[in-house]
Amino acid sequence: MSSYASVAQFAQTWGLVYFFVIFAGVLAYALWPSNRRSFDEASRIPLRED
Amino acid sequence: MARPVETKAFTLEEIGYSIFLALLAVVCVILAGKAWEPQMAFHAVVGAIFAAAGIFLIVKGFQDRIAQPVQTVDGRPNYNYAPIKFASIAAMFWGIAGFLVGVIIASELAFPALNFDLPWIAFGRLRPLHTSAVIFAFGGNVLLATSFYIVQRTCQARLPGIVTPWFVVLGYNAFIVIAGTGYLLGVTQGQEYAEPEWYADLWLTVVWVVYLLTFLMTLWKRKEPHIYVANWFFLAFLVTVAVLHLGNNVHVPISIYSYQSVQVFSGVQNAMIQWWYGHNAVGFFLTAAFLAIMYYFVPKRADRPVYSYRLSIIHFWALIFLYIWAGPHHLHYTALPEWASTLGMTFSIMLWMPSWGGMINGLMTLSGAWDKLRTDPILRMLVVSVAFYGMSTFEGPLMSIKSVNGLSHYTDWTIGHVHSGALGWVGFVSFGALYCLFPWLWNKKEVYSLKLVSWHFWTATIGIVLYICAMWVSGIMQGLMWRAYDKLGFLEYSFIETVAAMHPYYAIRALGGALFLVGALIMVYNLYMTVVHGEDAESVATGAPALAPAE
Amino acid sequence: MSLMEKHAIFEKNSIVLLLGIVIMIAIGGLVEVVPLFYLKSTIEKVEGMRPYTPLELAGRNIYIREGCYNCHSQMIRPMRDEIERYGHFSLAAESMYDHPFQWGSKRNGPDLARVGNKYSDKWHVEHMINPRAVVPDSIMPGYPFLAKTELDTRHLADVVKTNALVGVPYTEDQIANVAVDVAAQKNPDDKNVDAFLKRYPKSVARDFSGQPGKLTELDAVVAYLQVLGTLVDFSLYDDKANLR
Repeated sequence: MSSYASVAQFAQTWGLVYFFVIFAGVLAYALWPSNRRSFDEASRIPLRED
Repeated sequence: MARPVETKAFTLEEIGYSIFLALLAVVCVILAGKAWEPQMAFHAVVGAIFAAAGIFLIVKGFQDRIAQPVQTVDGRPNYNYAPIKFASIAAMFWGIAGFLVGVIIASELAFPALNFDLPWIAFGRLRPLHTSAVIFAFGGNVLLATSFYIVQRTCQARLPGIVTPWFVVLGYNAFIVIAGTGYLLGVTQGQEYAEPEWYADLWLTVVWVVYLLTFLMTLWKRKEPHIYVANWFFLAFLVTVAVLHLGNNVHVPISIYSYQSVQVFSGVQNAMIQWWYGHNAVGFFLTAAFLAIMYYFVPKRADRPVYSYRLSIIHFWALIFLYIWAGPHHLHYTALPEWASTLGMTFSIMLWMPSWGGMINGLMTLSGAWDKLRTDPILRMLVVSVAFYGMSTFEGPLMSIKSVNGLSHYTDWTIGHVHSGALGWVGFVSFGALYCLFPWLWNKKEVYSLKLVSWHFWTATIGIVLYICAMWVSGIMQGLMWRAYDKLGFLEYSFIETVAAMHPYYAIRALGGALFLVGALIMVYNLYMTVVHGEDAESVATGAPALAPAE
Repeated sequence: MSLMEKHAIFEKNSIVLLLGIVIMIAIGGLVEVVPLFYLKSTIEKVEGMRPYTPLELAGRNIYIREGCYNCHSQMIRPMRDEIERYGHFSLAAESMYDHPFQWGSKRNGPDLARVGNKYSDKWHVEHMINPRAVVPDSIMPGYPFLAKTELDTRHLADVVKTNALVGVPYTEDQIANVAVDVAAQKNPDDKNVDAFLKRYPKSVARDFSGQPGKLTELDAVVAYLQVLGTLVDFSLYDDKANLR
């Protein structure tokens, strides 16, 4: 099955790029300096008494 | 405080549910009359009774309620706790039932005479009852209770509607009753962890969609700008379980008057979809959703924010992205194409990272407050559950490696692995959450006895250790015996010799399970005493329970 | 305004979060499931495979009803010990008519993928009634009630029809003769045996439970067990044919 080789080729290249981009995106979002304050704020939500 | 005076009228919501349930009752009566099998007739009658009871409860709730439930009291949200109370009690009931059936089937494997040659209590029918009772009935009710509690508290908003939260909680438990009684009567689809028949599946779909909408609508009502990370995990759980449930239960009934059905997919395709479902039931039901509990209850009980909120975000996205691929590791060396099982293995190994990220995040939340572990057995339970999470998420990737899986698959090692996760992680985090929830919901200062919590903790821990050690030994031993050759190059053991060798470990396993059950019984007593005899907290702490929520 | 503030939409907007989750979980599932419907090795029919006879299918439904799959796998892996213990490793085609599949995940008892023709009917009958009378160390529950319960064939035609609906190649002829074929497979002296054997090649008509004139659930279960793994003739099967 020759299409197998091309599918495998596609998965091994673009698949890798795709995973990397998603991972980099999540990492950037989580570590972006300007997000720090809002995350700190969010982390205190459960402790707030109402 | 002046209560707003309204003229009381049936809301659109109450009318809608009443009509729906009335139609359902009619359909059930027709099905009961025309059913092909007694099992189907029985379930249709149960369905009709439940639907009628639902209408009765709506009408009674209408008579009892004063007006529309108010959203805030004295500026504080008027949380809806009654359905949560029901789910918490249901969780304990199903927990005891599920653990008990577990002890029974463990004993049946050690002493087969206990099957008594009766169809209803034979291992093959009770095993699905055990798995469903602990996962979907116990675990499910814990998740209903905690998700409704957490989403209200972190959004500072009341659950929407009057009937809706009750419909979710009672409807879900009706599903459990239908599914559970079905197993005993031999009503099953024959797919592991997806045994309930087509009509139960349809009903669960309805309930689940309402559950998802209830959750979303509470999020929409929130006063906080942020959606707290625990709710992310719950949302992933709600959405994914819906997708999995629909994908794996594509069964065509042989008639609407029959419980019997035929799966649309067959062979390899069916196997792949089944374990895509099966492993993500672990990933999203037993992991993501219980991680939501961890992200709320550990910080709350330790009285400190989670160690790193950023880590929790990475944890979330990495976990849900990687988990969905891991299913094929259940099918190593089968007729599934090898590339698929290799993919499954690769992602399972990668999954180790976010899992441990989450574990570290949970454990490190206690940094600077480790002394609380000594004084607070509830926090200890929560923290040990996270440690068990770390242990089983290390073992899982290990067992997904093909060469390891070649030995472990089909043996008790898998059963041991599942139980280190189920008893240690899911069980303990649920117990910890229930110990926190009961005093909060019933407005008590603390549980009745922390000493009994300690007793529960140690009894259950010893039970778990006995259980998983017995299964490690028997699993690895059986795997090795199956592949052992004698000097002449023949298989050394017949299959039945490997079965006979398991006997002592099966007995130890049953003992371990019994200890876990005893621990849970201690909890039930403790929480009963908390509700009945616990010391009241000052009324400020937990809102205003005096306002009767409409049932 | 930083680019990343746009990403805060995840923590603020539940619908966007929900869509993000759906996209994330859709990819893995689709990549793993969809190709299986197109790959040669997973969809190709192998010489000898035929749909179950109505009696075997009834037996399979009892096998499922009693939860046999909780303790018995039907999937032999390509490892030396498994092949020597159970026979040739299982092929994808061998479960292509199994709706649902019964590969199982645990061997409290032995694999059953090729149990067919391994033991006599009489052995199966005695083993089902009292496993420990035949295998003293067995931990299997006894199923004496199967021998006493008459097989309910009223709706078997509907089961066959529904299987045909989801793709099992039952012919019109087979669907029309379900009741006839059940009776014929149980009784080798039945006048319809020849027609039955023509409809289901490689099947056998005999009194599986040894209770002449009494069609019980045990007949169906034994008929099912005796056909497991026997349809493909491995002396003719080319192992390399289905490799990529």
